[in-house]
Amino acid sequence: MWFLIPGAVIYLVLFIFPTIASLFFSLTRWTLFDAQFIGLDNYTQFFSERFLVQGLYNTVFYAFFTSGTKVVLGMLLALWLTGRVFGQGYLRAVIFFPVLVSTIGVGITFKVLMDPFDGLINGSLTVFGVEGPLWLADPDTALLSIALVDLWKGVGIATVIYIAGLSAIPQEYNEAATVDGASGFRRFKEITFPLLMPATSTVIILSLIGGLRSFDLIWAMTKGGPGFASDVMASMIFKQYQAGFYGLSTAGNVVLFVLVAVIIYPLSRYLNKKTVEL
Amino acid sequence: MRAQRILKVVSGVVGIVVTFGLFVVPFIFIALTAVKSRAEAGLLEFSLPREGYFFMENLTQVIEAREFMLVRAFWNSTVLTAASVALMVIAGAMIAFVLQRRKSRWTGLINALVLAGLIIPPAVVPTIWVMQGLGLFKTLHGLIFIEVAFGIAFCILLFRAFIATIPRELDEAAVIDGAGPIRLFFQVIFPLLRSVIFTVVILQSIFVFNDFQNPLYFLPGDQNATVQLTLFNFQSQFLTAFNLLFMNILIITIPMLVLFLFFNKRIVEGMTAGAVKG
Repeated sequence: MWFLIPGAVIYLVLFIFPTIASLFFSLTRWTLFDAQFIGLDNYTQFFSERFLVQGLYNTVFYAFFTSGTKVVLGMLLALWLTGRVFGQGYLRAVIFFPVLVSTIGVGITFKVLMDPFDGLINGSLTVFGVEGPLWLADPDTALLSIALVDLWKGVGIATVIYIAGLSAIPQEYNEAATVDGASGFRRFKEITFPLLMPATSTVIILSLIGGLRSFDLIWAMTKGGPGFASDVMASMIFKQYQAGFYGLSTAGNVVLFVLVAVIIYPLSRYLNKKTVEL
Repeated sequence: MRAQRILKVVSGVVGIVVTFGLFVVPFIFIALTAVKSRAEAGLLEFSLPREGYFFMENLTQVIEAREFMLVRAFWNSTVLTAASVALMVIAGAMIAFVLQRRKSRWTGLINALVLAGLIIPPAVVPTIWVMQGLGLFKTLHGLIFIEVAFGIAFCILLFRAFIATIPRELDEAAVIDGAGPIRLFFQVIFPLLRSVIFTVVILQSIFVFNDFQNPLYFLPGDQNATVQLTLFNFQSQFLTAFNLLFMNILIITIPMLVLFLFFNKRIVEGMTAGAVKG
């Protein structure tokens, strides 16, 4: 049993204990040295500040948008890339590589590429006669722009998970269906899609957890701006921490924790039930 | 059949062109901007440098900036990555071994805690509070423990799945030959884990090296900056020197590219295995 000790000590002291302590400190006005119990005031304040509620909404939007697009695009790319396409190896590699690159580096690069006036993206759009959006500078498109970069960076992992899922499906199923005269679409709907459920469930859960917690990319690109237009829970937790509102910051942490639990737990149970065994 | 073959080549070629625009051009942009003169880089154009190549000049300037801050940052990041990954691999494998081989009434609880580690967003300020109490806040070894605490759950999951495939008879034979638990683990089990350890080391090294949020919270201050923090700080400092900023991005991207070229298969396999088991 003492084999558990080195890992367990670090894990319990630096992860589990702070998590439990956060429940208490979120109910206090806290200076790190002194905590004064104020009941649910932090939470009341949290839900009465308009920009904080906006951040909560942004977090959910960001997570579901990135997760949904990664599922659809990841699945399509995987179907395409397992069909013995010309240049398959190169295509897989180039789509996957951004997963490994520093999020901060990607954020800074796209901030420059998305420059409304001098940026390469709008420059290219002008060539096609399209007037590009203002991207990060416009409160209405800032969060969406970051979500698109997140998709760019993360679709590779969804794709490789789907490729692994596809290669686990026995060839015979599709061959038998073809012999029975099933069309390509029908085969996808009745065989491939249901048997890909474990992969789908993995991609959804992983990208939702990542999306709900995401911080690095948003912080590198807008710091939550313009105004609070692209603020999410993680960036607000950091801002409240920087401002010295430790209790409020911790309450934000608890809200995020509850949000993740409320979304992920029922969803993963539901998806597990949907999963059919091969 | 012929038509299908042609379709695959055509879609492959179209795919190569599209992915080139979407995924390769941003990296070419990074490389081109990194070797331009300051004035030319400021135009944010996607073009070959007209005023000549300034590779060495820009490289030296970035390295020498803020009294060799980048060099220190690389040193810090290397120490952080090497130490935390080594620690989480050994401690993680030990826990996985116990979880897999010695079922007890605690196993369920420990499994739940491990799963929690993959899902729950860490409570930031309480963690800082605990670290301050232990004298770990703003120290490199403190951050090492943090990375271990947040990364170990993933290691345990991968190791446990792999240990399940090692026949129990091997343990029994070793025990009959008189090996105690320590020798059994370090001389029999651990060497057998070589391939999965390799995968975990590569994956976690990428995660830790690219980590931005944890150093930002738990190791503030210029003296201690890690590579990602340095990059983020340079963003405001090099506001008028995009050539240096992108040279910096280039420097931290190249190690990942090299890693990817050598271990492409391993990285992809590890990520899918880890994702599916999680």
